[in-house]
Amino acid sequence: MTASEGTILQAEDLTKEFKGFFAVDGVNLSIKRGSIHALIGPNGAGKTTCFNLLTKFLPPTRGRITFKGQDITAMSPADIARLGMVRSFQISAVFPHLSAIENVRIALQRQRGDSFDFWRSERVLNEFNSRAAELLADVGLTEFSNVQAVELPYGRKRALEIATTLALDPEMLLLDEPTAGMTPEDVERVAALIKRIGANRTILMVEHNLSVVSTISDTITVLARGKVLAEGNYETVSKDPRVVEAYIGGGHG
Amino acid sequence: MAVDVQTTSNVAPVAQRGAKGMSTLHMAIFAALLVAGLIAPFFLYPVFLMKVLCFALFACAFNLLLGFGGLLSFGHAAYFGAASYVAAHAAKVWGLTPELAILAGTGAALILGVLIGSLAIRRQGIYFAMVTLAFAQMVFFFSLQAPFTGGEDGIQAVPRGHLFGLLNLRPDFTLYFVVLAITFGGILFIYRIIHSPFGQVLKAIRENEPRAISLGYRTNRYKLAVFVLSAGFAGLAGATKALVFQLASLTDVHWTMSGEVVLMTLIGGMGTVFGPIVGATVIVTMQNYLATWGAWVTIVQGTIFVIAVLLFREGIVGVISKWVKRPL
Ligand SMILES: Nc1ncnc2c1ncn2[C@@H]1O[C@H](COP(=O)(O)OP(=O)(O)O)[C@@H](O)[C@H]1O
Ligand SMILES: [Mg+2]
Repeated sequence: MTASEGTILQAEDLTKEFKGFFAVDGVNLSIKRGSIHALIGPNGAGKTTCFNLLTKFLPPTRGRITFKGQDITAMSPADIARLGMVRSFQISAVFPHLSAIENVRIALQRQRGDSFDFWRSERVLNEFNSRAAELLADVGLTEFSNVQAVELPYGRKRALEIATTLALDPEMLLLDEPTAGMTPEDVERVAALIKRIGANRTILMVEHNLSVVSTISDTITVLARGKVLAEGNYETVSKDPRVVEAYIGGGHG
Repeated sequence: MAVDVQTTSNVAPVAQRGAKGMSTLHMAIFAALLVAGLIAPFFLYPVFLMKVLCFALFACAFNLLLGFGGLLSFGHAAYFGAASYVAAHAAKVWGLTPELAILAGTGAALILGVLIGSLAIRRQGIYFAMVTLAFAQMVFFFSLQAPFTGGEDGIQAVPRGHLFGLLNLRPDFTLYFVVLAITFGGILFIYRIIHSPFGQVLKAIRENEPRAISLGYRTNRYKLAVFVLSAGFAGLAGATKALVFQLASLTDVHWTMSGEVVLMTLIGGMGTVFGPIVGATVIVTMQNYLATWGAWVTIVQGTIFVIAVLLFREGIVGVISKWVKRPL
């Protein structure tokens, strides 16, 4: 089966077994280019594991992954990022003892290709400062430019993470619970940001905040116990009795 | 922390602040160190000073890997010692001039670094340390058995020769300035590596490797690169030391040498720029002045190590750096 025209990422029979336990069990996913696709489901459903498989941070037990028509099942995670699929992490992933602007610059630095030039002064990186400042401004972090990431409040860390990911200008973003643990104002800001950056990109995100999911996502896939339970737009999915049951039965948080 | 947007007027200069290459403070300290290095031989015994210099470079090389690459090697004596043997052999048996003998030793350390490094970086944490130790032990047994290393005696009476075939290095006083140039140059080069685009990626990997990978960095290649660079500078230090003492011996490849460089780096302050220099100075001075105490030196060293680990985890320079709130 080849990826159809509009499909950017496809997973077939994606499976991950941890010592007899199937965290992800025969999942088929097809993400439309340019869409915002939400992956939801109760805790322990296998959403994060799915992300780890799709970006090859974990090797799948079985299955095939195609990105932009290319089989990436055997590719290394760094090379997948280089192809244009960049992930964020459920646990905030910043470089804690680098300043906000340095965090973003690490990503911008990728434009130079590899940075093995150990003999050159780091001053060459200053060419990225203005772009880094723009990206920080986009997520409302201008006044935190020189603050070490470790000192930022949680919501700001997530914003910094998004700015760092956007610095790569990836075709596709995988966001794992981008609004978890945020104040309502932060949630609103980040949701608006995701919608904005999703205008010309593909986004696959794990999200628990159903109001965020319902307002910004085009398609929703519901995962429970490692299997796809339902798929469709918010109306279809939210009325599906199996989904309602999984959420009540499995508890979500 | 306040999250309100501040007035934009005080934002612009902050956002513009970027990478500086070398801070004025660091430049001043390097200048002071150079001046101290230039006048020291007029007051102190040059061979002792050269020993301090060689170990300062060795510790800085080790700190490049541990403090900036986040990789703990328990086998750095392998590069230091192997380079020392190769340089001694090159000068004595092949009759190479001192600069070529040192280059040969450094080259050997680089090659060894590539071989051991490419196997070790596949492992994490304590397993990485164990792999480096295991290979260092192999280098030790090779040095004990190989026909050209002189077994228990080592390679003795290594000629210091003439630099570029011209400058006679036999007088300690002359050799001292050559050694000062080599070690100071080496330490400055390490400083540049830390403050290069490569160094910036290293920092990112040390801080959060999965994130660096997710941004598309093939982190294993960076780790291997810093491993090889560190081995090379350790080799440069070992090769230079062979000419200073006109001797390459099993001490240089012994695991205690690997331990000593860990000690110097931790006492001085790992991950600091000047810590390893201070740590090496403290340890070498102690060994020198307490030499008559015999085995007690080891006990005193051990005690200092325990105190350092318990009381100042950041090391001497790390503590000072916290005090003055500036990276040192
Ligand atoms: N490395 C691992 N080893 C063993 N079990 C794991 C591992 N990672 C995840 N799991 C298990 O797989 C299941 C799915 O986890 P996860 O993908 O994190 O769920 P979600 O993100 O949907 O909350 C959980 O039961 C979890 O305990
Ligand atoms: Mg999860």
